[in-house]
Amino acid sequence: MTEPAAPYPLLSVRNLSKHYPLRSWWGGTASVFKAVHDVSFDIRPNETLGLVGESGSGKSTVGRAVTMLNPPTSGHVVFQGADLARLTAREMRGMRRHIQMVFQDPYSALNPRMSAGAYVLEPLLLHAADRSRAELREEVAGLFERVGLDPRFAGRYPHQFSGGQRQRICIARAIALKPRFIVADEPIAALDVSIQAQVVNLLQDLQDELGLSYLFISHDLRMVRYLCHRVAVLWRGGIVELADSETLYRDPRHPYTRRLLAAVPVPDPAAERRRISTIGLAEPAPQGAGHVLTEVAPGHWVAQNADG
Amino acid sequence: MSAPGTTKLLEVRDLAVAFETRGGMIHAVNGVSYALETGETLGIVGESGSGKSVHVLAMLGLIPKPPGRIARGEVVFQGRDLLALPDKALRKVRGGEIGFVFQDPMSSLNPAMTVAAQIVEPLRIHLGLAGAAARRRARELLDLVRIPDAGSRLDQYPHEFSGGQRQRVMIAIAIACKPKLLIADEATTALDVTIQAEIIALVRELKREIGMAIIWITHDLGVVAGIADTVQVMYAGRILERGPVDDIFSDPRSAYTLGLLRSLPDLGVRDVRRLRLQPIEGTPPDMRLPPAGDPFAPRNRYATPRCFLEAPPLSQAPGAAPGHLVAAWYDLPGQLARERPTP
Amino acid sequence: MSGAEAAPATVTAARSAPVAAEPGPLREIWFRLRARPSAVVGLVIVLALVGMAVFADWIAPYDPSATNWGAVRTAPSLAHPFGTDEVGRDLLSRIIHGARASLAAGLTSVALAVTLGLPLGLLAGYAGGVIDGAIMRLTDALLAIPFLILAIALAAFLGPSLTNAMVAIGLSATSIFVRLSRAQVQAITAEEFIEAARAVGNPPWRIALRHILPNIVPAILVQATLTIAAAIIAEASLSFLGLGQQPPAPSWGSMLNVAKNFLDQAPWMAIWPGVSIFLAVLSFNLLGDGLRDALDPRQRN
Repeated sequence: MTEPAAPYPLLSVRNLSKHYPLRSWWGGTASVFKAVHDVSFDIRPNETLGLVGESGSGKSTVGRAVTMLNPPTSGHVVFQGADLARLTAREMRGMRRHIQMVFQDPYSALNPRMSAGAYVLEPLLLHAADRSRAELREEVAGLFERVGLDPRFAGRYPHQFSGGQRQRICIARAIALKPRFIVADEPIAALDVSIQAQVVNLLQDLQDELGLSYLFISHDLRMVRYLCHRVAVLWRGGIVELADSETLYRDPRHPYTRRLLAAVPVPDPAAERRRISTIGLAEPAPQGAGHVLTEVAPGHWVAQNADG
Repeated sequence: MSAPGTTKLLEVRDLAVAFETRGGMIHAVNGVSYALETGETLGIVGESGSGKSVHVLAMLGLIPKPPGRIARGEVVFQGRDLLALPDKALRKVRGGEIGFVFQDPMSSLNPAMTVAAQIVEPLRIHLGLAGAAARRRARELLDLVRIPDAGSRLDQYPHEFSGGQRQRVMIAIAIACKPKLLIADEATTALDVTIQAEIIALVRELKREIGMAIIWITHDLGVVAGIADTVQVMYAGRILERGPVDDIFSDPRSAYTLGLLRSLPDLGVRDVRRLRLQPIEGTPPDMRLPPAGDPFAPRNRYATPRCFLEAPPLSQAPGAAPGHLVAAWYDLPGQLARERPTP
Repeated sequence: MSGAEAAPATVTAARSAPVAAEPGPLREIWFRLRARPSAVVGLVIVLALVGMAVFADWIAPYDPSATNWGAVRTAPSLAHPFGTDEVGRDLLSRIIHGARASLAAGLTSVALAVTLGLPLGLLAGYAGGVIDGAIMRLTDALLAIPFLILAIALAAFLGPSLTNAMVAIGLSATSIFVRLSRAQVQAITAEEFIEAARAVGNPPWRIALRHILPNIVPAILVQATLTIAAAIIAEASLSFLGLGQQPPAPSWGSMLNVAKNFLDQAPWMAIWPGVSIFLAVLSFNLLGDGLRDALDPRQRN
């Protein structure tokens, strides 16, 4: 499958698959579970690509495969000309200064026995150890300020922060090395509604300031539309639709995309009551999946052989 | 008011709940009063720490004591004060006349018991049903929550059901005894959006069939828009606003409600990326030291000096629909009107 | 469910607010330990025993090895509060000095067990694969033999002395710590912050030492405290059998061994070492249980 061509991609993912062998009890491989199958996309400099899907769609698997935290079974992840899947462990560790990750659960993503300051400092120690202590401390204070935290809190431990503050600590750590690309895996899912908007705005400001690209993984279609330039819809391990976000929300073509969009609650009582009355009461029967993308309009790709 | 019935099913009067911790007393619920009429659906919206879940658990006798403590208040359900009821009588109410569904369908079901056994349990306890009659009723209930092929699924275990189906089973258990009141606490939060939509549609239909009142607790304003008759917004253990659902969305009177509405991106607007989300700045107050005045005042750009000194009572919002109550010293529509003409 | 609701954020980020003095992790553990009366009792007895062992030369009224043929097996009196033994030695002085053997054996053998077991468990849990398999099969084999039997066999093999007894007990307890630290490492490795540590480019050795090790220390500490209690019993048993502390140096176990011959004539000879062993074991167990609760992160709020 050929993927949407894009000018000057920062990151190119081609035919990425992650398969898990399912062993039968006497050993040997009984069958293969295809968590992600044949996924391709590009991310341009300064662009946010949204990766949308429900639980079990494989969206987190894609995020971890792209960052080589859980390397893909096959496929290429080309970042600035280097195929990450072919790098040695040591080379990949060096590459991590350009590729960072923000995780879903700010409660479990922070080491409970490391102070916030030490946590933000760590990437600098690993990749910029030649600088003096005072310089690094200054830098950490600047990062705290940048994400809206009081630098005087640097000595505190994770359990002394709220969820939103913890996510800010994670973001400060992620931008410490001025990376080019950040994978954000459900970064706001665990936060309260009023805090979500703060974090989304922060991510957007940082993008403008640092020229970052994001892979924004989420199940929240409202926030994805707001934050992302283009959106890929993942369903059962494959992309079923990919388009710029205006087009995708205005003119969804794949039946699954339509179902997903139709399920989003509308903050308008009259419209919402109408919407609910059209929803079937029983779970719909599972549909067959097919993931061969064709370009139905410039930049708008849809999996075609899915049931219609 | 938009509520269909006119008789009061539940009346909460000045309920206050506190938790004793080493760091000090956490004042989780600070004087909550409201009434629910027969057949009414009340949506309670709030974030973590708002007291929305704690106050419901407290009135059902489900908070651990200690460290929890009901500081004051009454909860009158069908003429009886639940807080004064002995444990045994309260157990009869719970799961009988009041059914409830919790957030996590994974841990709310016992993994070692078949689904049939778990549905039959409330039938046996509250209705004395047993044997074939109970089983027949369990099957009817699975049919009612639209689980296909109910007969053959009765003897399966929870792990054989998907997340959405498990929540359907939880609902079947909750409505098994035809409750007068169903309490759903973040019942769709752990579910995918498509499943969430199906569950909400199902509950709305069940309400029509059974005629029960519902308290639907959620952090997502969008979720209550479609099913609630009345919406109640809670913050820092207090009710900040309460009113008919349409009025809450079209004419919010609390700055917090407005902030929640504005921090939701609207799918209907074109070219949203050019806009900026308007988050509520700051963080909720430390409930060990609840503020003397309006708890939202420190985050509220419309706050008046009085807001910081004195907690406003929940009272009829001037010029709003009848039954639209707000706890605010400031005049939100007035402030917004003054803002608008600026360039 | 309600847990998150009941425990709101402890910190507000108001930029102008003064930074409140929040307790550090150690202080917090002390606060929570202090809230448990049984743990405090355990701690007080442990400290008293340690003080007794350290300052034995100053506290003990008599030389523990000095015989007095004029006062053989005298009942407790003002001159000898605990009585005397079969060669007229002051029992109180021998109990006080005996604390040295017991505590030294408990602490040294557990220190040995942790020093050997923790790195092996860390290696097995983090490296996995063949290394894990080899270490764990060996551990399983050792765990199949009851702790005390293994210690007695090893001590008999090494020859009777307090040092050999400590080595034997330490080696016998090692497998407990290998198994525990491996299980802890595996649990911690599944946490998201380990993935986050890899995501910023931490090399494996740094993840093991900086991110995993500090998080398994609490569990090891609890187990070590409980194992000290078991080691004290083991030392007493070995000394009772003549495989530990050699006469005339005092040890509670060897005192019991002698006392068993005089149970009807001089029961106090058995009572005091018995009570001492009981108290020592009880106090370490109480302290260990208290630490377990105090260090449990789920108790945080």
